[in-house]
Amino acid sequence: MPAIVKELHREFAGPTRFMEVCGTHTMAVFRHGIRSMLPPGLELVSGPGCPVCVTPAGKIDEAIALAGKKGIILATFGDMLRVPGTRSSLEKQRAEGADVRVVYSCADALKLADETGKKVVFFAIGFETTSPTIAQTILDARRTGKKNFFVYTALKLIPPAMRALLESGEVKIDGFMCPGHVSAVIGTKPYGFIPRDYRIPCVVAGFEAYDILESLLMLVRMKKSGKPEVANQYCRWVRTDGNQRAVEILNSVFETSDAEWRGIGVIPSSGLNLRKEFLEFSAERFVDSGISAPEEKSGCRCGAVLRGAVKPTDCPLFGKKCTPDNPAGACMVSSEGTCAAYFRYAGKKKNG
Amino acid sequence: MCLAIPAKIVKINGETAEADMAGVRKEINVALLSDLKTGEFVLLHAGFAIQKIDRKSAMESLKAFREVYGPDFAGKIV
Amino acid sequence: MQGKRKMADEQKITLAHGSGGSTSYELIRRITRVFGKPAAELNDSAVVGFGKSRLAFTTDSFVVKPVFFPGGDIGKLSVCGTVNDLAVAGAVPLYLTASCIVEEGFKISDFKKIVESMKKAATQAGIRIIGGDLKVVKKGEADGIFVNTAGIGMLRSNVSISVDNAKPGDKVIISGSIGDHGIAILSQRPGISFRTNVKSDCAPLDSLTGIVCRFGKKVRVMRDPTRGGLASALNEIAMASGKTIIIDESAVPVRREVGSACGLLGLDPLQVANEGKLVAVVSGSVAGKICREMKKNRYGKDAAIIGEVFRGKSGVYMKTIAGGKRIVEMLSGEQLPRIC
Repeated sequence: MPAIVKELHREFAGPTRFMEVCGTHTMAVFRHGIRSMLPPGLELVSGPGCPVCVTPAGKIDEAIALAGKKGIILATFGDMLRVPGTRSSLEKQRAEGADVRVVYSCADALKLADETGKKVVFFAIGFETTSPTIAQTILDARRTGKKNFFVYTALKLIPPAMRALLESGEVKIDGFMCPGHVSAVIGTKPYGFIPRDYRIPCVVAGFEAYDILESLLMLVRMKKSGKPEVANQYCRWVRTDGNQRAVEILNSVFETSDAEWRGIGVIPSSGLNLRKEFLEFSAERFVDSGISAPEEKSGCRCGAVLRGAVKPTDCPLFGKKCTPDNPAGACMVSSEGTCAAYFRYAGKKKNG
Repeated sequence: MCLAIPAKIVKINGETAEADMAGVRKEINVALLSDLKTGEFVLLHAGFAIQKIDRKSAMESLKAFREVYGPDFAGKIV
Repeated sequence: MQGKRKMADEQKITLAHGSGGSTSYELIRRITRVFGKPAAELNDSAVVGFGKSRLAFTTDSFVVKPVFFPGGDIGKLSVCGTVNDLAVAGAVPLYLTASCIVEEGFKISDFKKIVESMKKAATQAGIRIIGGDLKVVKKGEADGIFVNTAGIGMLRSNVSISVDNAKPGDKVIISGSIGDHGIAILSQRPGISFRTNVKSDCAPLDSLTGIVCRFGKKVRVMRDPTRGGLASALNEIAMASGKTIIIDESAVPVRREVGSACGLLGLDPLQVANEGKLVAVVSGSVAGKICREMKKNRYGKDAAIIGEVFRGKSGVYMKTIAGGKRIVEMLSGEQLPRIC
């Protein structure tokens, strides 16, 4: 057993629950088989850090409607393709003839607009890691005078969601593993309110097995010492101030707004909207009003899973009516959804 | 929440650059960074470089990784 | 079960149904049940009695895009693919037929190149292409060229290979690095655009299976993991055999570039397609010897023992490099580049 795991077992001092707020962390924990190395009583809960999972079904319905419009190419990250809206998904719409293209980068969507001359709408989902890339692409579109490139945004911010979870008090959390790549952009300061207002320690964590184990050790130590603060484990990529230039570019194109998180509800100042001067790039003008109100499949507990209140295995649909092949909710479809990770890496057992 | 991997800058062309990831080459956008030099390592996410590496921290991490994964660990981090 | 079937009948075919993962598997299971055994046994080839011998018979269609890729083309692929399905059934591949559906406007020089590739691959595999068919459809009604090959082989008398044959104590061998073909193909797709020296591993496996089959009944299962990757092949074996398979991440050969490209695209190398690899489940007592013999063959240089079969609930697990343990799932849906 590696030395770091031994240390973790030695320093561990009793039932503890840490939350990792990042779909990529959820996946990494499973991929490395981390849970099989943890001391019993150290519980890792997943939070709402999967941007695909927290996109409201209504937004997906609207994206699907956009994709179906004549003359529009809907460009999307691969993750969104199979996410279920109320009645359909982008993948199913593609099978019905909608022009849906998977892109790796927002810049590729702009290139598509260039090459095809058709209207390209980029379905922009993501957190602070991704938002600056979209902001930069919009600046590039303006600079090159593109008139056929649009974005349909569902971008969100992480720290407000963490605050909302803490405010609700629904789940007792002893510490946070903060998202490493979001933090590469925003730095470590935005999490300062957590130890300050809630006396809970935070560690900005990387994604290799060692990074995660070391971060857990740091959290365990801070919990023991009673001196919570924001610590940085991912120093090779995360600076205290993050990437100021990326943040400035982001703020020049977007402004904060209230946003709806699937399963959680509206969280104030947790989303990003295009600033007035960039509204020419908004795809809202193509969206029909009056899309019927979406309903979640009965029994689906994605919301509670996203808040860390229940485990996927507590959802009545998990593994039965809801599987990666036949997903009922976003948590199962997204490659980083908590339920998908559980199913993929831990099967139907309770512990990974 | 975002898949990002280390990439080495091979050639800079204004706002884009040629990057190398263990033999895989790709053109990436570097507009979110300033004062980038050839040979530097950046964090690549969705086609954009979002941060430069801190070499000292990286070397320390590599040392720690090798203790866990064994001396042959080629360093996915760099 | 009833509800699930009803829902599936209302749906349309999506790309996921052709990806080789669990969605395909389910659809294929339902279809082959209509035809009964041996189709429903879901082996790579059907084995039928023929007088005192047994024949293996198989067919496969090839729709690869692009048609010409690093390391091969659709011609080489269509021959090797069918040769391999015969070879892993424990048969000596004998004859192939090839049927082509070509789109109007396809270059004749390209068609000639493909035919020459087929001949070259056939010669290398020691088989003869004895017939075929050509259809041409209007522009837009096929994407360039689609090829179907059907093959027949004579089953070796000393083997008893079947997907449900894995026994506790057996070892799992892979003939070389995984994920090469999938990455080589993806590198040529528009929209993802990365450059790499990775070539498809497309190759005929008859010489390798010849080596393995010398060990007779000690060879339990052979598979050539194509779409869906090693993960899907191992899961099919675990499910059919009702056993647990545990593999060691540090033992699975993955080329550095393939690992890097997978990291870039958010793919798991275990689920990426191969076209020239052999997975063999063999008795533990001969695994080491078989592996050493495979390494002497040009297509088995990186052969490795990667895992073991245990009694237990059917499933595939992996001991991670970090020392943890996790499940290895079958590919679900279409393989998508993940960024978030």
